[in-house]
Amino acid sequence: MVRRLAHSVFVLLGLVVVVFFVTHSLGDPARLMLRPEATEEQVQALRDTLGLNDPILVQFGRYMANLARGDFGESIWQRVPALPIVLDRVPATLYLAGVTLAVSLPLAVFLGVVSAVRPRSLADRVVTVVSLTGVSTADFWLGLMLILLFAVRLEWLPTSGFGGLQFVVLPAIALAFRPMGRVSQVVRSSMLDEMGKGYVTTARAKGLGERVVILFHTLKNAAIPIITLAGDEAAALLNGAVVIETLFGWPGVGILLIQAIERRDLPLIEASVIAIAVMIVTVNLVVDLIYARIDARVQYR
Amino acid sequence: MSGLGLGTAAEVAPRPGAAPPGPVVAAPQPRSRQIYLRALARDKLALASALFLALLLLAAVFAPWVAPHDPARGGLMLRNQPPLTEAAGGAFPYVLGTDPLGRDELSRLIYGARISLAVGFASVLLSGTFGVVLGLIAGYYRGAVDDFIMRVVDLQMGFPSLLTALVVLYALGGGVWKVILVLAVTRWMVYARVTRGFVLSQRESVFVEAAQSVGASDRRIIVRHILPNLLSPIMVLATLEVATTILTEASLSFLGLGIQPPDSSWGLMLAEGRGYVTTAWWLVTFPGIAILLTALSLNLLAGWVRAVTDPVTRWQYLRPQGAKAAIDRE
Repeated sequence: MVRRLAHSVFVLLGLVVVVFFVTHSLGDPARLMLRPEATEEQVQALRDTLGLNDPILVQFGRYMANLARGDFGESIWQRVPALPIVLDRVPATLYLAGVTLAVSLPLAVFLGVVSAVRPRSLADRVVTVVSLTGVSTADFWLGLMLILLFAVRLEWLPTSGFGGLQFVVLPAIALAFRPMGRVSQVVRSSMLDEMGKGYVTTARAKGLGERVVILFHTLKNAAIPIITLAGDEAAALLNGAVVIETLFGWPGVGILLIQAIERRDLPLIEASVIAIAVMIVTVNLVVDLIYARIDARVQYR
Repeated sequence: MSGLGLGTAAEVAPRPGAAPPGPVVAAPQPRSRQIYLRALARDKLALASALFLALLLLAAVFAPWVAPHDPARGGLMLRNQPPLTEAAGGAFPYVLGTDPLGRDELSRLIYGARISLAVGFASVLLSGTFGVVLGLIAGYYRGAVDDFIMRVVDLQMGFPSLLTALVVLYALGGGVWKVILVLAVTRWMVYARVTRGFVLSQRESVFVEAAQSVGASDRRIIVRHILPNLLSPIMVLATLEVATTILTEASLSFLGLGIQPPDSSWGLMLAEGRGYVTTAWWLVTFPGIAILLTALSLNLLAGWVRAVTDPVTRWQYLRPQGAKAAIDRE
C-alpha cells in the first residue's frame, strides 16, 4: 500500500521534472512566453526578472521549492496565481468524464455479454465490428459529426458551451465511443474465458437458469480484468478530454491547457498539466485499491 | 529472412491443446505462405481491410500520378465547391468538393495520406525497434539492467501520453519529424513490456536450454531462437499501434501542435475544415472517414493476424469449407 502510494508520487515527480526540463532546456521559456515578434531586449528583460540566467539546477530547485508551497507561479495571461484558476476548472472535467463513464460502461458490459453468450453468432460479429469501429474513430471527428448532425442540421442541441444537461450530451457521446469499444472487447474475452470453467458447468448442472449463471456467476468472476481496463479508460478520458473540451468549448482543465498554450502562458500550462496528471494518477491508484479489495490474491504491502 | 516467417512461431512452440479437433488434422498441411493466403481469402473483413490498406499505400506512394489535381493549386472561383462539382475544361470533376482556397479535396486527401501514414509507420518502426531491443535485454539478462529498464517503463506508463506529447511539441514546435520522434518516445514502453514478458517465458524453455548446452552464444540464441517466436505478437501489437499513432497524430494536428502547414495530414485538414461546419460539411467529413477506415482496417487485420498465428484459433480459418456449417451449429 505504501509502495503503491510511493509509486504514484514518483510518477508525478517524474512528470514535473520532464515538464520543467522540456520547457526550460528544449525550449527557451522566455521565448516560449513572449510573442514571436518580441525584441531581443524584451527577451533579455524577461530572462532577468524570471531568473532564467541562473544555472538550470538552481532554477529547478527554486521551482520545486515553490511547488512544495503550492505556488505554481502567476498566470501571465490573467495576472493571478495559476493554481486557483486550474482548480476552478477541475469539476467540469470530472463531470464530463463521469457522465461519459456512466454512459459507456453499462453499454460495454451489455454488448460484451451479448456477444460472449453466443460466440460467432451474427450478434457477436456485429458487436465486434461496432467495438472495433469505436476504437478506430477519432473522438474529435465524431464530435464534429455530432455537431454537424444534431446542432447544425437538426438544431436539437447546442454546438458548445456549459450549463444544463443538453450541453453534456454531445461531448459525452463523442468521448464514450472509444471506451465502449475497448471495454466491450475485454468483457467478451474474459466472459468467454470464465464460461469454459468448471464452476459454470456445476451451476448449470444444479439446474440454475442460464440468466442466473451468466449474471451472478460468470460476470462476477470476469469483473477483474474489466475493472482494470475501465480504470485505464477513465484515465485515458481525462487525457483525451483535452481535444473534446476544446472542440465543444467545455470549461474544463483541458481547454484551459490549450488556451494557455495559445497565449504562451507557461506557469498556467505547467499547472494545468500537473492538475490533469494528478487526476489520472489518482484514478489509477483508486483502481488498484479496488482491485486489491475484490481479488484476495492481490496484496499491497 | 525466409526462415523467420510467421509459421515458425507456431511450429517451434506449439501450445498444449493446440491440436485442432475435427477433420482438419487429417488434411495435408501446405506450406505457410499458401496457408496464410487461403486463410485471408476465407475472412472477408480481413481481406477487405488488406485490400483497402494496399490501395491506400499505393495511392500515397504514387500520389503525383494518382491525384486528379494539384493539391496546392486552387482558385478563388472554386472556393468551397460541394462534392461532384464539374471541373472546367473537361478535367476530372471535384468528386469530394473543394476547400476554402479552392483546392481539390480528394487530391489533398491523397497527399495527406502520405503524411498520416508516414507518421504512423515511421514512429511505430522507431518505438518498436527501441522497445523490442530494450525488452530483449531486460528479459534475457535480468538483474540490475532489467530492474532499471522496467522501472523507467512503469514510470512512463503512468504519464498521460497525449499530454506529454503536447507539452514537448509546444516546446519544440511541430513538424513531421518532431511528431514522429515525440510519438515514438511516448510509446516505446508498450513493446518493451510485451517483449520482456515473452522472453521471460521463452528463456526457460527446452529449446533455449538445448541451444545453450550446445554452446550457442547469447546473441545467437536471441536472434535465432527467441526473436522469430516474438515476431507474431509484436506484429499484432505494431499493427494496432499504427492505428493508435495515426489517431494521436490527428488529435495533435487538430490542436495545432502537430503537422504544420504547408505539410498537411488528415488531422490538420479536419482542423482547417472546423470553421466551415455550417457551410461546407464535406471538409470535416471525408478526412475523418479516411482516418476511420484506415484505423479500422489496421485493427481488423491485427485481429486476423492474431487469430491465424495462434495455433489454438488458426484451425478455424483453415478447415475445409464443408466443416464450417457443422462448427457454426455447435
